[in-house]
Amino acid sequence: MINDIIAIVRDYWLLLLIGQYPNGPLGGLANTLILSALSIALAFPVSIIFALARLSKWPLLRWPVTALVYVTRGVPLLMLILWCYFLIPLWTGADVPSFVIMLTTLVVYQGAFLSEVVRAGIVALGPGQMDAARALGHSYLGAMRYVILPQALYNMIPSIISTFVSTIKDTTLGYVINVPDLTFAASQVNNQLLTQPFQVFLILAIVYYVICWSLTHVANRVERRIARRRAGLSNIRAAAVAAPPKIISEQP
Amino acid sequence: MSGFDLSAILGNPEYAAMLLHGIEITFVIFIGSWLLAMTLAILLLGLRFSPLRFGNPLVAAYVSYHRNVPTLVQLMLWYFGIFTLMPEGLASWLANHNAETIFAIIGLGLCQAAYFSEDLRSGLRSVSPGQMEAAQALGHSYVSAMRFVIMPQGIRNALPPLVNHSVSLFKNSSLALIIGAPELTHAVKEVENLSFRTFEIYLIGTVLYLFFSLLIMMVGAYISMRADPARAARA
Repeated sequence: MINDIIAIVRDYWLLLLIGQYPNGPLGGLANTLILSALSIALAFPVSIIFALARLSKWPLLRWPVTALVYVTRGVPLLMLILWCYFLIPLWTGADVPSFVIMLTTLVVYQGAFLSEVVRAGIVALGPGQMDAARALGHSYLGAMRYVILPQALYNMIPSIISTFVSTIKDTTLGYVINVPDLTFAASQVNNQLLTQPFQVFLILAIVYYVICWSLTHVANRVERRIARRRAGLSNIRAAAVAAPPKIISEQP
Repeated sequence: MSGFDLSAILGNPEYAAMLLHGIEITFVIFIGSWLLAMTLAILLLGLRFSPLRFGNPLVAAYVSYHRNVPTLVQLMLWYFGIFTLMPEGLASWLANHNAETIFAIIGLGLCQAAYFSEDLRSGLRSVSPGQMEAAQALGHSYVSAMRFVIMPQGIRNALPPLVNHSVSLFKNSSLALIIGAPELTHAVKEVENLSFRTFEIYLIGTVLYLFFSLLIMMVGAYISMRADPARAARA
């Protein structure tokens, strides 16, 4: 069993790593990571826009985005992928590569999920920050840009990393529309070997495990560091106003 | 493609029957894997809190594996991998009894058990240790303090994440499509292939998923409210 796994890795490591790259499209693990990194990088600004729209006082801005977020969260990602696979070529009239379709789906999907995180981060800061910034002469957007978002986003860093982890896991669903990622490469290997499916998919699981476990580990460390920094800061503030210690211990 | 026409699908008895069968299999997978996940989660929790030395790292490894490997890969490992390693008799029995659905239930159930057990654990841990001390000071034994003081509060705390993860389990049941279980998404794709009314059938599928997800959320909210009327009144 172990020998089989070593043999498969020795024979197919290049295919699993970069797909058929020089002779074909980039695939494998490299493509999985590029797809996840691109979609999280694009989903991040989208999520901030969504969150601001959901906190907006104009119903015309708030309602459509709220509806979009609820629909995105209530429908399986697979269904969204099918929608994009159907709609994007229809709208653009072009032959869109499956990579781009998967990227778009993930940006909308993770944008909706992250927007809830951003919104929670902004709401958790409390209205006092906004009031103070407005009193000091900031406009609404200026206060958001210079006072609210820097604090909210800093507290969000661990959630962003864990969203990145779930994005990596979600890219596997690109399998249904043949995105050439790691899962696709593994099933190619499986189709060539035919006799050792368990070994091939075990390798696949191990690779995903190593990547996601390390990133989760990083997220936890960052979270502890941020929690410590915030606790330190709130201790100083609490000492200044002699707040009861219970409030400090209740902060997350 | 002709104009938008929902009745072309809903009015067609063949397509409607396919969709209904899809909904049925989706619910078989959802309920089956939910029950499996909850049972396993409680066992895992018991193992975590048990005095056995290997219990804690064992459960931690289980949870870590199921949380860090994509659910789809877990399903593939079960269906394409472990299925082929099974003894001949068992494998052929499974093949004659909807192996896809059974493996979807096993794969999703085992995966979700990790999430459920963590939800229950963090719910129990959020009960302050003072509660246990106070209950024991009032004459409760460890077990009865657990039963009457810690557990009711812990499960109440765990309810919101449990409901969220139940909804995501329902949505994940669509992954069974990839191993070929004839669930709702599979039925949607089949009707699409037959009718060529992609927009209409995707819309129907989306609305169905949305409806059932919201239903599960509402049932969860109702249970949370019943479990803690005071908090519901405050909210």
